[in-house]
Amino acid sequence: MKSDRVYPLNIGPIHPAFKEPIKFTFRIEGEQVTGVDIDFGYTHRGIEKIALERNYIQIIYLLERVCGICSFSHPLAYCLAIEDVAEIQVPDRARYIRTIIGEMERLHSHLLWTGVAAHEIGFDTLFMYTWNIREKVLDCLEELTGNRINYGMLTIGGVRRDVTPENSETITRMLEYYMELYDRASEILLDDLTLRARTEGIGILSREQAEMFCAVGPTARGSGLLKDVRIDYPVNAYYDIPWLNPISPRDLGKEPIGDVYDRMAVRVLEIKQSLNIIQFCMENLPEGDIHSGDGAVKIINTLKKLEGEGIGRYEAPRGEVCHYVILDNQEHPIQLKVKAPTYSNGFTWIPMLTNIEIADIPIVIASIDPCVACADRMTFIRKGGDEERYNWEYLHQKSIKKYKRSVNQ
Amino acid sequence: MIMVLAIALIITIVGLILGLLLKGIDRKIAAYFQSRIGPPLLQPVYDIIKLVYKQTIIPVTAVRWLFSSAPVIALASSVLLLLYISMPYIFYITGIDTTLQGDLIVVLYCILIPSIAIVTGAFSSGSPYAAIGAQREMVILMSIELPIAVVIISVAWHVADSMADPFAMSSLFEYPLWHNAGAFGVLGGILLFFAMELVLPAEMSRVPFDQAEAETELAEGVSVEYSGKLLAFILLTDAFKALALSMLVIILFFPYTLSQLFGISFQMYGHRVAPFVEIAFLLFKIIVIYSFGITFIRVIMARLKISQVARFFLFAITAISIIGLILIMLDPNMRII
Repeated sequence: MKSDRVYPLNIGPIHPAFKEPIKFTFRIEGEQVTGVDIDFGYTHRGIEKIALERNYIQIIYLLERVCGICSFSHPLAYCLAIEDVAEIQVPDRARYIRTIIGEMERLHSHLLWTGVAAHEIGFDTLFMYTWNIREKVLDCLEELTGNRINYGMLTIGGVRRDVTPENSETITRMLEYYMELYDRASEILLDDLTLRARTEGIGILSREQAEMFCAVGPTARGSGLLKDVRIDYPVNAYYDIPWLNPISPRDLGKEPIGDVYDRMAVRVLEIKQSLNIIQFCMENLPEGDIHSGDGAVKIINTLKKLEGEGIGRYEAPRGEVCHYVILDNQEHPIQLKVKAPTYSNGFTWIPMLTNIEIADIPIVIASIDPCVACADRMTFIRKGGDEERYNWEYLHQKSIKKYKRSVNQ
Repeated sequence: MIMVLAIALIITIVGLILGLLLKGIDRKIAAYFQSRIGPPLLQPVYDIIKLVYKQTIIPVTAVRWLFSSAPVIALASSVLLLLYISMPYIFYITGIDTTLQGDLIVVLYCILIPSIAIVTGAFSSGSPYAAIGAQREMVILMSIELPIAVVIISVAWHVADSMADPFAMSSLFEYPLWHNAGAFGVLGGILLFFAMELVLPAEMSRVPFDQAEAETELAEGVSVEYSGKLLAFILLTDAFKALALSMLVIILFFPYTLSQLFGISFQMYGHRVAPFVEIAFLLFKIIVIYSFGITFIRVIMARLKISQVARFFLFAITAISIIGLILIMLDPNMRII
């Protein structure tokens, strides 16, 4: 029996299932979702614009605030971009320390995601457990960098704080703690009956769709794409790790179909991978300097005399983050472009969110680990209830006009 | 008559506090399992007090009279349900009046009234979230009806030959389900108890069967548009229902009193203190049943989908309860003559 009563259901911009404002308009038939419209633009902060008014060192701390969780990945991609332009050599020890912090960030981000996902399907005990064990890595980060979330650890040409012998003891203890917990935790996450009942076979993103929508990170890997910036375009210490491979659900002996369960499995396996990478870096931590030796003023002065463009790519916990900077003999870049993972992954929502039940909506939306603020690039201002929309044609014409004007000047 | 009214009033007032306290205990135990500290034991009471002082907003899309009368009906019917279930039992254990009977069929219908009142209120609110929540609540109510009926039929069958009115609750006080039970009877009784313990969270809308309220999906579903005093009424309905349903499980499966179990008559300084001891024992049983039926289940499971819930109750739980009934019928000693 097919009912002809299709009704719209608005979820958002503010809704308990979302941590950030974003609006979804679903077309619902009974309990079945038949279509979806996604509306971004409620939390645009204009960070790219603000960055053009800061100097090169200040931008690092600004970019830490692009995303609450990827607070290391964004400035790292920026530093890589600047080092690319200025051809600054990063010392080996700094490369390893960057890797350690980056992987610890991945560890706490994936634990956080697991908790959020559990909460979305009403499994609050698991939510409390994962957030409880996440405290350990946050404590460790606090000891290493001085902060739990916004580390302030990076500088152009290296890192700002060294890993002391006491720190390495803490890291070793943390690794032991997680290695011990991992087997039990992964058993709960991957085998629990109600969790499986809620995640298997829903929110399917096929391999072809993942390729078509340029999915990145665990979202792409859950669909069976072997795509990982750490392996494809290695930076930091990733060159030196011989066994590093993109995670895929095949590691569990399961052919990936790209459902929520596969994306969860990828994240759970990446927790283990991160632990192994941290262990590798701690065992092979080279001696030497932790930065190129230049102070902030000297770095700014060097960059002031530079022209050119640079690009930095890094695998953030949610996928590829890419920063593009243009330098033009000024104290600040004249262009900064931030490409956050959700920018790519947001589009994969459309195939995922069709033909599911209302009950699946929160977990499917959460399954790509969205960071809405990272992806917001423009905001609509409504005047007297009217809404103005710019389509592709209009923006294309506008950019041609702007280009012609700048050529004529 | 005056005494009965006075006792009813006492039960209502004590039930109000106790029902809220039960929720506080539930939250505290859940917090312990989740390695948290949890809210104070009296948090539900504070919530009610706060809500009474808050503004009550009625949405413009709502059917005004229906929207505001539904919680009142729900509260009144849940108080009625509590009184109807608890009074015969409390009279029996305290020895005030052992002739009060109470009818299980009436209970079966009365359980539905508070839920249906809240569903009506949700439909009349005009919110799509509430409408979806109300539809889900109806699906759950329909799918748990049969297991409850089977449980009630089983206990009635057990005393059908010896009692004039097998559906009277008082017959259970004399001959509990486990009376004379052989191996089959005990097994059947355990299955029925299991079915009833799973019906409890569904009736109370708790995880894994809280689809009607599902916070992350529907933002509290049926009660999403309610605020202020009307929301306080809904919370109170919940508290009374929790108490009434725990009491029903106790009457159906564990109506034993301490004096029956150990054959002691409680004396203190020459006074008979048995009624007070029995009531304390009843409270203990309520807390145990509530924790097993609601707290323990809700901390170890994720919320299911409504289609999964309907399948679970219509097939699995109904099958389990019917097997329980058949096992009891197979037990030759069960039928009391």
